Amino acid sequence: MTNPYHPYPVTIRDIRTETEDKSLKTFTFVFDSPEDESAFDFTCGQFAMLSVQGVGEIPIGIASSPTEKPEVKFTVFNTGKVTSHLHRMKAGDAMGIRGPLGNGFPMDRLAGKNILIIGGGFAFTTLRSFIESARQPENRHRFKNIDVVYGARTPGMLLYRDELAAWEKSGDINVHITVDATDDQDWPYHTGFVPAVTERCAPASDGNTLAIVCGPPIMIKFTRPVLRDLGYRDEDILMSLENRMKCGIGMCGRCNIGRELVCHDGPVFTLAELNGTPGEF
Amino acid sequence: MKPIHIKKEAFGPAMAKAMETYAVAGPVPDREDAKRRHLFRCLEKGETPDLEYTATQLSPKALLFPQAETMFRFKVPSGGKKAPFLEAESFKERPLAVVGIRPYDARAFDMLTLNFDSKDYKDPFFLKRCHQMVRVGLADTTLKDTNFSTACGTGPFDTTALDILLAKTEDAYIGTVITAKGKSFAAAAGFEAGSAEDTKALARMKQEAESRMRPGPDFSALADADTLDLHGEDHWARLAFSCINCGSCTFSCPTCWCFDIQDEVTGNDGVRLRLWDTCMTDLYSAHASGHNPRQERFKRFRNRFMHKLKYFPDKYGQGIMCVGCGRCIDNCPVGIDIRTIIGEMNAKAAGAAKAAGTAKTGGTDKATEAAS
Amino acid sequence: MELNDTLRDIAKKLLEEGRVDAVLGFRQSSLAHMTEPFLATTAEQADQLVFNSCCRMNLAVYLTPDLFRSGRPESGKKSPRVAVTAKGCDSRNIVTQIQENRYKRDQVHIIGLPCTGMADKAKLLAAAPEGIDTITEKNGTLILSRDGKETVVSKTEVLQSNCLSCIIRNPVIRDEMAGDPVPELDMDSHPDRFADVAEIEALSPADKAGFFETLVSDCTRCYACRNACPLCYCPVCFVDESRPQWVGKTIAPTDVMAFHLLRAFHDAGRCTDCGACEAACPMDIPMRAFTRKTIKDAREGFGWETGMDLNLRPPLDRFDLKDPGDFIR
Ligand SMILES: Cc1cc2nc3c(=O)[nH]c(=O)nc-3n(C[C@H](O)[C@H](O)[C@H](O)COP(=O)(O)OP(=O)(O)OC[C@H]3O[C@@H](n4cnc5c(N)ncnc54)[C@H](O)[C@@H]3O)c2cc1C
Ligand code: SF4
Ligand code: SF4
Ligand code: SF4
Ligand code: SF4
Ligand code: SF4
Ligand code: FES
Repeated sequence: MTNPYHPYPVTIRDIRTETEDKSLKTFTFVFDSPEDESAFDFTCGQFAMLSVQGVGEIPIGIASSPTEKPEVKFTVFNTGKVTSHLHRMKAGDAMGIRGPLGNGFPMDRLAGKNILIIGGGFAFTTLRSFIESARQPENRHRFKNIDVVYGARTPGMLLYRDELAAWEKSGDINVHITVDATDDQDWPYHTGFVPAVTERCAPASDGNTLAIVCGPPIMIKFTRPVLRDLGYRDEDILMSLENRMKCGIGMCGRCNIGRELVCHDGPVFTLAELNGTPGEF
Repeated sequence: MKPIHIKKEAFGPAMAKAMETYAVAGPVPDREDAKRRHLFRCLEKGETPDLEYTATQLSPKALLFPQAETMFRFKVPSGGKKAPFLEAESFKERPLAVVGIRPYDARAFDMLTLNFDSKDYKDPFFLKRCHQMVRVGLADTTLKDTNFSTACGTGPFDTTALDILLAKTEDAYIGTVITAKGKSFAAAAGFEAGSAEDTKALARMKQEAESRMRPGPDFSALADADTLDLHGEDHWARLAFSCINCGSCTFSCPTCWCFDIQDEVTGNDGVRLRLWDTCMTDLYSAHASGHNPRQERFKRFRNRFMHKLKYFPDKYGQGIMCVGCGRCIDNCPVGIDIRTIIGEMNAKAAGAAKAAGTAKTGGTDKATEAAS
Repeated sequence: MELNDTLRDIAKKLLEEGRVDAVLGFRQSSLAHMTEPFLATTAEQADQLVFNSCCRMNLAVYLTPDLFRSGRPESGKKSPRVAVTAKGCDSRNIVTQIQENRYKRDQVHIIGLPCTGMADKAKLLAAAPEGIDTITEKNGTLILSRDGKETVVSKTEVLQSNCLSCIIRNPVIRDEMAGDPVPELDMDSHPDRFADVAEIEALSPADKAGFFETLVSDCTRCYACRNACPLCYCPVCFVDESRPQWVGKTIAPTDVMAFHLLRAFHDAGRCTDCGACEAACPMDIPMRAFTRKTIKDAREGFGWETGMDLNLRPPLDRFDLKDPGDFIR
C-alpha cells in the first residue's frame, strides 16, 4: 500500500512576485524524479498540498496548465504559518508537493460549450490553469466562445499581468479586465466591481454556456443575481470552494459540507449541487 | 461456529502462549484508586487482558488509530540541500490480537474502515493494522444504563465484527470461534473446545443481557428526512446551549475518526504526525481568511449529530455512525445525552409537534429530588 | 418551602415581571447523577430548574458576551439582563469576571444558592455499581436508588475534594437567596486547608516532576477542563495559537505538561477552586493539584482570596510596595 500522505520531493525553480503589495507570489516547481512528475497527472481546477518539512502542509490550487509540464505553478497569498514561510523561501530550495487532489473542472461537460469565466482577487489561480490550457492550439477547438471577466482592487493587484495582455492581444478569448478603482488616467480597461462588469460585458446564456466563478464570498454573492438575469441556470454555474483542509483525500473530516467532502468530492461544485447542501462554506 | 470453554485459571497461560505468535492488546487496570478504570493498550510479556473489567472511558479505537501517529519522518532542509522524506516505522508492526473488546466496539472498527478505505485512497496505517488484527470479543454482561447498542443494530453479544466471542461465567470464559482468523488464534492460544452446553449457555446469557437493556432511541424517521430540514437552525441553538465544545464525546467515541496533521521537529529530524481532532472546536473548520462556516458553537454541535445520524447514513447506506456504546453520554460534563438528541431529531423528522424543553429519555421522569 | 420550589418561584417571577430576559440555571439530565446547564426564557421553562448535589458545572462559564448580545431582541433592550443561579464558588467567579470587565454588575441578577457541596461523579458511581435511577437528599445523606433498592451514603463521603476545603459556601454577592444560608466550614485559615499542596511541596524536585507526570499521564488534551473553567475565556487559547505555536499538539508528556502548567499560571489569583475543571474531565485527572498551589501562593504572598469583594483589585493587577520580592535575585 502506498502512503498517500507522502509528498513528492520538488525544487523551487522560480519565484515571481505578482502584486505591488508583494502579498502574492507565484512559485514554479520541478519534480526531483521523473517518475513523480508523470505520477503528478492533473487536470485544470485541481489542487495540491504544498509541503514544507517542519512547517506544515497547505492546499493550494494548481495555477499552471497541464500543457506547461514539467513545470507546475502555484500562486500563494501570504497569510499564515506556512504561506509566510513559503514567501521567505528562495529559488533552488527543496520541499514537497502532494497531489494532485480534488475533482477539477468537469472538462467533458465544458467541451463544446461557450464558457464564461469570472474571477476576483487571488482566486483567479485555477482559472489561469484553465485559460492557459484552453488557449493551446490543440485544445482551443474543443470550446466555443471563451469570455473572461477578471477583477482586482487596483491595477497593481492583478495577477499574471503580462499574460492578461498577451491573452487579450491574441484574440482567441475575450478578456474583460476591471479594477475597483485607479488614478491611472491611461487605464485601458474597465473600472468597477466584477458583478457590474459582468452585467455589462458577459454574454447571456444561450443554454449552451457554462460559467465558472471563483472569488471572494462577497463577489460571488453579488454575481449570482447577475448570472441569473443573464439566463444561467444553477446547474450551469461552477464554483470552486476553499474550506479548511488537512488531509486532502477525504479522511480527516474537516472540509465537509454536509456529506460532501470538499477536498475529494470538490472543490468544484455546481451551484445547483451546493443549493442541496447545508451551505457550510 | 465452534464452541470454546476456557477455565479462568487457564486463561493467563493461554494468553502467554498466544503472545508467542501475536502481539496482544486488551483491557488492563490503569488506576487503583476510587476512580479505578481500565484502558486498552498493547500488553507486555507477562501481562494478561483483564476480562473482569466493566467499561473503559476511551474506546479501543486507538489500537487502530492512535491519538498521535507518525505518517512519515523527514530531515529539515538547510542551506538549499535536499532533505529526504522517509517512511514511518509503524509500517513494520506485527499482527495484533485484541482480546476483550466489546462486540459493539468491534463493529465501530468496521465504520472507521469505511472512512479509511475509500475507492480512491487507502490509509495504509489504519488498514494494515485492521486487516491483520484478530478480534477476540468479550460479551458485555455488565452493561451500563447508557448503552443502547442493540438499538444501533449491534449489541452486547453481536458476532458480526468478531473473530471469536467470549463470555464471562462464574469460573470460565465460554464462547465461540467465528472466523478462520479466530480459529488460528484459538489454536495458537490453545483454547479448549467447548460443548453444546456452552452454546446453549451463551444463547441464554445473550437473551438475558438484552432483556435487561433500557429501550433505545427511535431514529426510524431520519433516513427519509430531508437533510436541510434536519439542519434547520431553530432547535439546534436550544439543544446545544449547555455544550462547552470540549470534544470529550468525540475523543471517547469509537466511531469518530477526525484528525489534524502537524509537524514536530527535534534538531534536524522531524515527523509529520496525525493527531485526533474534533469537529467541536473552532480551529477545526476555520478558514485561513478568518471566516469559519461553523463559527457559532451550536453549529459545531449540530455537525457532530448530523454527521453521525444523517450525513454518514446517507453517504454509505449502512446505518448510523454510532454503535450505542454510551461513552459520550457517560463522559459529557454537562449531561448531554445523544439519545435525547436523536429523539429530538427524529421527532422533528417525524413532524411531531414539540414544545421547547421537551421530556428526555431514561431516568428523567424520576428526577433527582431537591437539596435538603 | 423546598429550595427547588423557591428557586422556581423566584425565576418565574423575574421572567413574568420582565425584570430579566433569561434565567441561567441547571436542569435534571437524563442520568440521575448529572444535571445540565440550562437557560430558561419562559416561566414554563423555569419549572425545570433544579439545584442539588450534582450541579458541578460553574455557570459563570455561560455568562459570555454572546449571551448578553443575544437576549430577546423583541424586548427592545440593547443588553439583556440575565439572572443566574450561583453557588458560593460560582459567585466568586462572577465577581472575578466583573473585575475583569466581562460584564457589569447590573447586567446580572444573582439568585444565591446555599451550597453544601457537590457529589463527586466517580465516587457516586462507585457507591452504586449497579447504576442509579434516582438520587434523594436527606439530612446530609444521599439515597441512591436502583430498581427499588436503596443505597444510603453520607454526603461528606462522596463530596468533591474541593468542596471539603471550601472557604465560602454562600454566594458573596447576590440579589436574593433561594434558601437560608448554610453554615460555613471555616476552612479559610484552617491548618489542613492546603495539606494536599504542602505534601507535594515537600517532594524533591525529581519526585515532584514524576508526581505531575503521572498525574496527567492519561490526559487526552480534550480541553474539557479549560472549557468548563470560567477563567478560560480567551478568544484564542495559547494552545491553539499557531503563530507562534507555543505548545506542541501531541500527547507527549512535555506538551501535556506545558498545557497544564501554563493554564495554571494563567489562572493564578483568579481560580476559586470551584472544581468544575476536575468534574468535567472524562479521564478523572485531578488537575487542581496545579491551580491549588497558585491559590496557596496568592494567599501566602498577597493575602489574596479570589472573588471575595468586588471593590478589591486582584494581586496580578496592581503593585504594592509590600508585595513579596524575595524571588528577585
Ligand atoms: C482547495 C483550496 C485551494 C486553495 N488555493 C489557494 C491558492 O491558489 N492560493 C492561495 O494563496 N491560497 C489558496 N488556498 C488557501 C490556503 O490553503 C490557505 O491560505 C493556507 O492554508 C493558509 O495556510 P497558513 O499556514 O499560511 O495559514 P495558517 O497559519 O493556517 O493560518 C491562517 C489563519 O487561520 C487561523 N489558524 C489556522 N490554524 C491555526 C492554528 N493551528 N492555531 C491557531 N490559528 C490557526 C489563524 O487565525 C490564521 O490567521 C486554497 C485553499 C483550498 C482549500
Ligand atoms: S462532551 Fe458534551 S459538552 Fe463536550 S463537546 Fe461533547 S456534547 Fe459538548
Ligand atoms: S456517538 Fe456516543 S454512543 Fe454512539 S458510538 Fe459514539 S460514543 Fe458511543
Ligand atoms: S462527529 Fe465530528 S469528530 Fe466525529 S467523525 Fe464526525 S466530524 Fe469527526
Ligand atoms: S479535561 Fe482531563 S483529559 Fe481533557 S485536557 Fe483536561 S485534564 Fe486532559
Ligand atoms: S481552574 Fe478549575 S477550580 Fe479553578 S476556577 Fe477554573 S474550573 Fe474552577
Ligand atoms: S481535507 Fe481531510 S477530509 Fe477533506
